[in-house]
Amino acid sequence: MSNLPADLKYTKSHEWVRDEGDGTVTVGITDHAQEMLGDLVFVELPEVGDSVDAGGECGVVESVKAASDIFCPVSGEVVEVNGELADAPETVNQDAFGEGWLFKVKLSDPAEMAGLLDNAGYEAVLAEEEH
Amino acid sequence: MLIFEHSRPGRRATAQAPLQREETPAIPDAMRRKRPPRLPEVSEMQAVRHYTRLSQQNFSIDTHFYPLGSCTMKYNPRGSNALAMLPGFLARHPLAPESHSQGVMACLYDLQEILKEVTGMQAVSLTPAAGAQGEFAGVAMIRAYHDSRGDTARSEILVPDAAHGTNPASAVMCGYKVREIPTDADGDVDLDALEEALGPQTAGIMLTNPSTLGVFERRIAEIAQRVHAAGGLLYYDGANLNAILGKVRPGDMGFDVIHMNLHKTFSTPHGGGGPGAGPVGVSERLEPFLPVPLVAYDGDEYHWVTEKARPQSIGRLSAFGGNVGVLLRAYVYARMLGREGMSRVADYSTLNANYLLKRLTDAGFEAAYPNRRATHEFIITLRREAKELGVNTMDFAKRLLDYGMHAPTTYFPLLVPECLLIEPTETEDPETLDAFVEAMVRIREEAERTPDKVKTAPHSLPVRRLDDVRAARELDLAWQPSAAEG
Repeated sequence: MSNLPADLKYTKSHEWVRDEGDGTVTVGITDHAQEMLGDLVFVELPEVGDSVDAGGECGVVESVKAASDIFCPVSGEVVEVNGELADAPETVNQDAFGEGWLFKVKLSDPAEMAGLLDNAGYEAVLAEEEH
Repeated sequence: MLIFEHSRPGRRATAQAPLQREETPAIPDAMRRKRPPRLPEVSEMQAVRHYTRLSQQNFSIDTHFYPLGSCTMKYNPRGSNALAMLPGFLARHPLAPESHSQGVMACLYDLQEILKEVTGMQAVSLTPAAGAQGEFAGVAMIRAYHDSRGDTARSEILVPDAAHGTNPASAVMCGYKVREIPTDADGDVDLDALEEALGPQTAGIMLTNPSTLGVFERRIAEIAQRVHAAGGLLYYDGANLNAILGKVRPGDMGFDVIHMNLHKTFSTPHGGGGPGAGPVGVSERLEPFLPVPLVAYDGDEYHWVTEKARPQSIGRLSAFGGNVGVLLRAYVYARMLGREGMSRVADYSTLNANYLLKRLTDAGFEAAYPNRRATHEFIITLRREAKELGVNTMDFAKRLLDYGMHAPTTYFPLLVPECLLIEPTETEDPETLDAFVEAMVRIREEAERTPDKVKTAPHSLPVRRLDDVRAARELDLAWQPSAAEG
């Protein structure tokens, strides 16, 4: 099982969320997600200023195998996107929890964070999928 | 090697050279090109050898077993081609008057009737020029139906997660939002999730039955009842019609609209991406919206039915009556089979699939839905091989090419990890199916003993393993002369 950082929150749809402590969060896809997708060839991100809803589609990651929607884990306004990914989508494969982050959101409802999974909860999701 | 790379200045193929130079004085000087186009300069023999070699490098149904799941790569009978290419058909002009086109119109009318009968629908239009356009037409009719009733608040199309990717795409093209419905562990639609998703916003549901999981949706009658109760319509994706041809009819299951892939079920060529044909069939309430033209018969003569008689039609989808050459091939195929032959298609396509599934599982491969009988196709998962041997589905697929077989569909549907979706079709004999099992077993043995041989396959084809990641990231499709050639 991959090592899941304990300071992140997770979704069943394989996104991760890091609370930056200033009312914003950083969002990415998990290492498991990038592994399942295989080599990424394209990442479509929301635009800065977009308002996003928790559970709504807000981007696409495309690999040689499949294109998969990114679901926004939280609601709010997009304040920054990882522009490096346009030319180097493979960064997500190489460092899903770090340099391969996707975008940052200014939370409109910080209480939503409590509804996300912790690393043990996400590990249980992965174990169930394995089964 | 490209034909351009064979080129040498001044080399000619007289057989292909124009007999005389055309004078085109009407084109103003400013619009004339300054330099001649860069065309390959090759001899007649070089051209013949080049294209013959390319055709020999092809994998096709005419040369190889081609069990590409959900694509129904069955044999395309030569008889269909021969009859569709009779001089009377080839020489016909689409603008010829009806009185000069009675023969071809009779064939098209009969094909409409045959497709109605075999799908249980009220009416059929042949004009959509491909399966994807048939899907678009189907969803456009759902939209037109709701709009005609002033029922404009319906904004969602439900699509099971096992669906073909074209389904959500067609729904979005018609302005709908897509809501995904999960599948349960046995491959049926999750009814609780369906119930939760249904509401006054539901325009319809798009289903493939049998699904792309290779299993028949057992609760289709209940699904139809619930969707209709919510005011939605049912769309049948005809991708897997082969499994039920002449056995069960989508119209009887409660579907309101269906598209058919003639290149799958009715054995017209898949060739080169087209031309295709994706006729649509509808229940009574959608009939006014069918795309035109249709062919009608008054007991004496055949007539084109156009917008004049069908003001509510979603309109025209192609020039004239669709890809008539393709439709004629399907017509000949259907007539050759007859009613009993059609149900034999279902018999043998499911028999072949179940035989192959049984033999593969007996050989130790893992079925994705072990509790279900296969329809005309089935899924095995190589997750165990991937985990224990480090040889994944793509490696197996590439190695199969070395064994002279086209790979089954890989990594689709997305629900099943490391999957192969295998559809042998009814036109393969038991020896071919046995050879496929043998190839799979041998590849697994190779994976145990010499995994690199499998991971670097193919070895015997004109090109080795392609770097599909680099190809997608650095898309480069146009030939450019090298700098030296200027």
